Amino acid sequence: MLNVSRTDVDSEYAFEVTAEETLSRRDRIRHRVDQFLLAPARILWTDWRARIGLVIIGLFLFLSLIGPSLVERPEPLGPLLAPPWPWGTLEYPLGTTYLGQSILSQLVHGAPNMLKMILSGALFTVIVATVIGTTAGYKGGTVDGVLMTISDIAMTIPGLPLVIILAASLPIAGNPYLIGILLSINAWAGLARSLRSQVLTLRESEYVEASRIMDISLTRILGIDIIPNLMPYIAMNFVQQARWVIFNSVALYFLGVLPYSSTNWGVMMNSAYQKAGAVTSLEAFHWLAVPMFAVVLVALGLTLLAQSADRLFNPRVRARHAETVTGENGPEDEEESEPTTSVGAVS
Amino acid sequence: MNYVLKRTGRAVFTVWAVITLTFGLIRLLPGGPMQALRGYLMQQNPSITTSELQARIEALTAISPDEPIWVQYGNYLWGLLHGDLGQSVWLNKPVSTVLAERAPWTLFIMTTGLFLMFVIGIGLGAFMAYREGSNFDVATTGIGILLQSVPFYVVGLVLIAFVGYQWELLPTGGHYASSVTPGLNLPFVFSSIKHATLPVGSLVLTGFGGWALNMRGNSIRILGEDYLRVARLRGLSEGRIALRYVGRNALLPMYTLLLISIGYMFGGSVILEEIFAYPGLGRKLIQSIGRRDFPVMMGAFLLITIAVVIGVFIADLTYGLIDPRASGGAERESY
Repeated sequence: MLNVSRTDVDSEYAFEVTAEETLSRRDRIRHRVDQFLLAPARILWTDWRARIGLVIIGLFLFLSLIGPSLVERPEPLGPLLAPPWPWGTLEYPLGTTYLGQSILSQLVHGAPNMLKMILSGALFTVIVATVIGTTAGYKGGTVDGVLMTISDIAMTIPGLPLVIILAASLPIAGNPYLIGILLSINAWAGLARSLRSQVLTLRESEYVEASRIMDISLTRILGIDIIPNLMPYIAMNFVQQARWVIFNSVALYFLGVLPYSSTNWGVMMNSAYQKAGAVTSLEAFHWLAVPMFAVVLVALGLTLLAQSADRLFNPRVRARHAETVTGENGPEDEEESEPTTSVGAVS
Repeated sequence: MNYVLKRTGRAVFTVWAVITLTFGLIRLLPGGPMQALRGYLMQQNPSITTSELQARIEALTAISPDEPIWVQYGNYLWGLLHGDLGQSVWLNKPVSTVLAERAPWTLFIMTTGLFLMFVIGIGLGAFMAYREGSNFDVATTGIGILLQSVPFYVVGLVLIAFVGYQWELLPTGGHYASSVTPGLNLPFVFSSIKHATLPVGSLVLTGFGGWALNMRGNSIRILGEDYLRVARLRGLSEGRIALRYVGRNALLPMYTLLLISIGYMFGGSVILEEIFAYPGLGRKLIQSIGRRDFPVMMGAFLLITIAVVIGVFIADLTYGLIDPRASGGAERESY
């Protein structure tokens, strides 16, 4: 029981669903959560890079989801341009702005907008790319030709200038979700292309051919036979796109070319640079440095996550590890068998 | 031959698509550039008559708003083919003149940056792969991951603050010192390089890590291939194996990556040039948005895109020379 591989778990689980009437809806949801969220998280946890990455991203989520209700809104009440903690007071641990607002509070209240932009941008990219890439790869022929020509054009248009032009022309107010999508407006193209080439090999496999012979609809074949195989790759690109959105949203807000309704890290950098001259004099540099550091930290977390995900999902790296480091084989198998144990425990 | 024709067709098609997109953006968007321009002109001169207004808009944007849309579109295309990008609202000069001064500088820093990143990254990556598992490899991999997470503008700002303002070692903006005369003379060349050091440096510092990691991964994958073992058994020299067997095969995917990054790099010029006050196309684009100077904005966008299309086109054609498999492209069965 303890040494079954993942695919065995899936099939066994599927059989149990049909066999056992006692499995309630809640249990089933719990299994799903365990299978798709907890188990991968446990596997990720074995890699030190992923561990650091998860901690950083967890911190960022905490900051943006719960932080604003813990820290007061930035009010211009403190001393002007107070230095951060070791040089200043603990009342303003990250120092203050030229108006006397707490920089920590600005950072915390800017975080939710960052999260919204990142999520919408990365989701938009991944969904559009998956739909277009898998359809083109699977259908082939004219559909493929047309879709790939569109992707090639979208890929060639330089993204940032296009984003700037659209932001200047379109009547979008500072809605962070829309800004996130706008920033990813042509980012799907590259991913769509690489997904297509992966589908090319999948479409010829026996189980896909079986589905085709049984006259199963296109969306079902794509959704059930094809896309699950691509999920690790898609997940990795989700993380990479998230990094892209955070880099470029901050950059464009810093340059002051995107509209905004409430503060975020790029806007912070913009005011530090424009209003306090944070680059020319070191007195205000901390105001600029804090959001910059936050961006780098979140990006580092995302990079580490993407890197380790690559290692874990990449069968080549896995196989190599299994060959060279036999000692690590044990714990890894144990991690994988975790879902089985919990399934057994419930039933 | 067929391959070359196909690629040429695609490049032309892409340029046409972008032109159409810009035309659509100028003309069709409600509250878009065209109406903003109309509002701006009426505000400048409240007593302007309708026909005068139309004539002025036509002169500025190379689009005449009265005529049917396909005639406008045709005229716009025809004008572009003759290098007529319209007239700058702010500078009162033809857009093509304004941009022609800027384009070489963008090309200069972007190609230098991309070239240095590529060369340093590939050299380092190959070396890391040969020393796989050593302390050197682990340390550089760590640094590479760290550098990948730092946006180039962050490094740029730190460089400006310290190297530029605190230590006053290098200039913080501009493309050459006002004391030198442009032309092929030593002070001018030296001054241009000095002014380009910080922008190019911030690009290379943050960029080479990613290239190195990629090259390392490719090389390690190829080092495990069977044909390499065969080459060793045949008694080929290490140098020949490193260059012809590992280097060449590991470089192929990097070349595709180079193709994709041309677009990213030129897109990034918008941020880079603005931060370093470097007078290139990207900075002009941002400036023209602030001034609501739409003809210049659209012109700069078109020009950046065309630069990318040409870059990708050249890379595409030469890729066919390096990898003969690329020109094949078998037709597949359609389901």
